[in-house]
Amino acid sequence: MTSDNQWPLWEVFVAAGNGAPHEHVGSLHAVDAEQALQNARDVYARRNEGVSIWVVPSSAITASTPDDVGSFFDPANDKVYRHPQFYKVPRGVRGV
Amino acid sequence: MKTAKAGARPPAARISSDAAFQYLLRLGDDRLVLGHRLSEWCGHGPILEEDIALTNIALDLIGQANLFLELAGRAEGKGRDQDALAYFREAVDYRNLLLVELPKGDFAFTIARQLAFSVYSFLQFEALVKSTNEDLAGIAAKAAKEAKYHVRHSADWLIKLGDGTDESHERAQRAVDEIWRYTGEMFVADDVDRAAVAIGLGVDPSTLGDPWRGHLDDVLKRATLIVPEVKFMQRGGRTGNHTEHLGHILSEMQIVARSFPTGGW
Repeated sequence: MTSDNQWPLWEVFVAAGNGAPHEHVGSLHAVDAEQALQNARDVYARRNEGVSIWVVPSSAITASTPDDVGSFFDPANDKVYRHPQFYKVPRGVRGV
Repeated sequence: MKTAKAGARPPAARISSDAAFQYLLRLGDDRLVLGHRLSEWCGHGPILEEDIALTNIALDLIGQANLFLELAGRAEGKGRDQDALAYFREAVDYRNLLLVELPKGDFAFTIARQLAFSVYSFLQFEALVKSTNEDLAGIAAKAAKEAKYHVRHSADWLIKLGDGTDESHERAQRAVDEIWRYTGEMFVADDVDRAAVAIGLGVDPSTLGDPWRGHLDDVLKRATLIVPEVKFMQRGGRTGNHTEHLGHILSEMQIVARSFPTGGW
């Protein structure tokens, strides 16, 4: 977007606690990684939301498109056997 | 108002001369006034993210002021709480540095002032952790973490502005030039400071000057900015001799509390 005078966009991921996964919380503008980290702290973690922050340039993310929905996700609808819970575990191997 | 004030007496005599009270008042007033100055950016920040960042810092400072003024009120022992001290004192009774009452200026000025004060504040807290007053030591330990972030945030910005475009560099240099003559007041030790040190409460501000200067030199160098040469340092805030700007900011800050003295929020 050459007509866009906004600073680069960053995606923000916050971990709520030690060992918790970093979850996407939103995005923000910043000129570099240090500023993105500080802005993320101020915008998304000022109310004690987390213990760790990741910032990632939005441009580094490759996303699936709405056009992909059919071929990506529909085939999984009728394949419940792909869930481990589908299989009954024999008593003998409980606790393995 | 809980204390009677005699208008004829000189300003310094109008509030308690007790060193502990005075020392705590200085800690509180610096942060109350600067916090209010920063809050003037609310809704006016250069970008949304920075708007939130500045108001976060403002809230940190006002939170610190709240704690220090509460302690000051207890040290005074006349039943004044933090609200009485914040909203029902006149400008001549305020003990903040001149630096913090100057108008917010442009963004570069706000950032340069914030860096100067935050480094000073962080050094103060680092030393006050060892205060024999446990309440003060506890507040300092918590507030040091806040101040450390304020330093990081304002240093990052000053480097970006100084080492940015021609205009941002010029404005950053002008801001540093403007604040510099107000920075000397931070490191002047007077009788109140010496008494606060003697009773184990406070830190001698003159010991903070060298580390402060070292930090500022480092940031200014990275920002490609020149350290100004100033022959005369302004002072007066610690003894109640303020610039004209303090009265205006106080009238805005105090009007609601004075209009509705028994109001609760």
